[in-house]
Amino acid sequence: MITGEQKPIDEIREMIAPYKRILALGCGSCVAECASGGEKETAMLASLLRMAAKIKGEDVIIEEQTIDRQCVKEFVIQLDETIGRYDAVLSLGCGAGVQAVSAMFPEIPVIPALNTEFLGETKDQGIWVESCLGCGDCMLYHFGGICPLARCSKQILNGPCGGSIDGKCEVNPDIECAWQLIIDRLSKFGNLDRIENIYPPKDWSKKQGGGPRKIVREDQQK
Amino acid sequence: MKNISRLKDVLERGEFAVTGECGPPKGADPEIILEKAELLRGNVDALNVTDNQTAIVRMSSMVACGLLKTAGLDPVLQMVVRDRNRIALQSDILGASALGIRNVLCLSGDHQIFGNQPEALGVFDLDSIQFVQTVKTMRDEGTILGGDVLNKPPEVFIGAAANPFADPMDFRVIRLAKKIKAGADFIQTQCIYNLERFESWMAMARERGLTEKTFILGGVTPIKSAGMAKYMKNKVPGMDVPDEIIKRMEGVPKDKQREEGIRICVETIQRLKEIPGVKGVHIMAIEWEEAVGEIAERAGLLPRPVFNGK
Repeated sequence: MITGEQKPIDEIREMIAPYKRILALGCGSCVAECASGGEKETAMLASLLRMAAKIKGEDVIIEEQTIDRQCVKEFVIQLDETIGRYDAVLSLGCGAGVQAVSAMFPEIPVIPALNTEFLGETKDQGIWVESCLGCGDCMLYHFGGICPLARCSKQILNGPCGGSIDGKCEVNPDIECAWQLIIDRLSKFGNLDRIENIYPPKDWSKKQGGGPRKIVREDQQK
Repeated sequence: MKNISRLKDVLERGEFAVTGECGPPKGADPEIILEKAELLRGNVDALNVTDNQTAIVRMSSMVACGLLKTAGLDPVLQMVVRDRNRIALQSDILGASALGIRNVLCLSGDHQIFGNQPEALGVFDLDSIQFVQTVKTMRDEGTILGGDVLNKPPEVFIGAAANPFADPMDFRVIRLAKKIKAGADFIQTQCIYNLERFESWMAMARERGLTEKTFILGGVTPIKSAGMAKYMKNKVPGMDVPDEIIKRMEGVPKDKQREEGIRICVETIQRLKEIPGVKGVHIMAIEWEEAVGEIAERAGLLPRPVFNGK
């Protein structure tokens, strides 16, 4: 999933300050799973903002609504009837959601309420970790299912570096050394020989070679 | 002096090599690095110039190497992959060779979070092993990544670092083998305080025939104080400082600790000289360059051999 965290309330208040009628727009997908922009979080943020406005005596209307996905046109279109009532949207979607809503309704400013973070997994209750860089050329097979690009602090393809101590990363002892995990995992399946060879430089053109990426699937088009 | 590596010359003649290190200044004054280098002249065969070490902004390593080269010294250009992508790295290798710099040490680099620019983007486009391989291909095949042909290949003696003290222990020698396979002509190790662990790493290296394929220089750093020993043990990533070293430093009064640090360093070098496969020593006297002459003298490393400069 795409993870995100809510921006500090003061930063949000500063961004919405010029507007009088605001729609706090939640997203029911990834950011709901990581408890930052789903229906519940949207309701909480909206009421917090209303309270803050009330205390300061500001004359603002803040209403909330959550759609299933802000990044897919078919869902964003649901806002067609209501959006005219507002002079700004405060989106609790990821960066893609914010931009998809703005693209569909170009007349209204869409303000991000979240900092979009990474492609990751829910590790435990309240814990999310980065596990994929979206590099466009998956190498997990070679590394025993552990991605050194997303999980090694120095993105080393021929690791581990000299800072791996007791299975932890030199950058922060809370970080597991991806290379320790890779070696453990490959040993377990008898594939350690895979990393005796030098892994060549990464082909980053699959990630950024053509500028912003686009997938076109003719079989999916009408 | 001809433009060949003095370090390579010394090692290939089978002499026990000595390298030193000096860090470029946090400023634009060329005199500072030249003064530091003068303290090392005659005491070492070549001297490493660090590349924004610990991710702190300093004068460019390449330019500092150029200054030392002009002063008649043999610099080892340290280059980290943290700050440059493959375009810049390859370009700088060509530039270094053009300046007459004949040694390069290819490193990952300390992570940017440790320095004074923690907000910087870490590049890490190549890793250190890929970088070694790239430089080797440039030099030996005359081609860059992707296959384009150079009109004149760079002439550099290629080095890499090794940390025998990091984990996983068994994998340390495999990684050394990868660095050698990639093209490392010489290896400089992390500072050695735990000689037992270093000896067992060397034994594994010999078993795999690695000491026949590269020149291994053992790294040493004289300790100035008990506080510094504790700091290195606890705060410096990948450093193995055994408790007996700390106890030894603590066991002498403060004003004698520098002398004790030098004594430990000299003893370490003497033991390194006895280990089969160790071809030299890399003395990293951090901000203590004046100690190198004394250490080299007492460890029986002086005078340095006369440069053949064929």
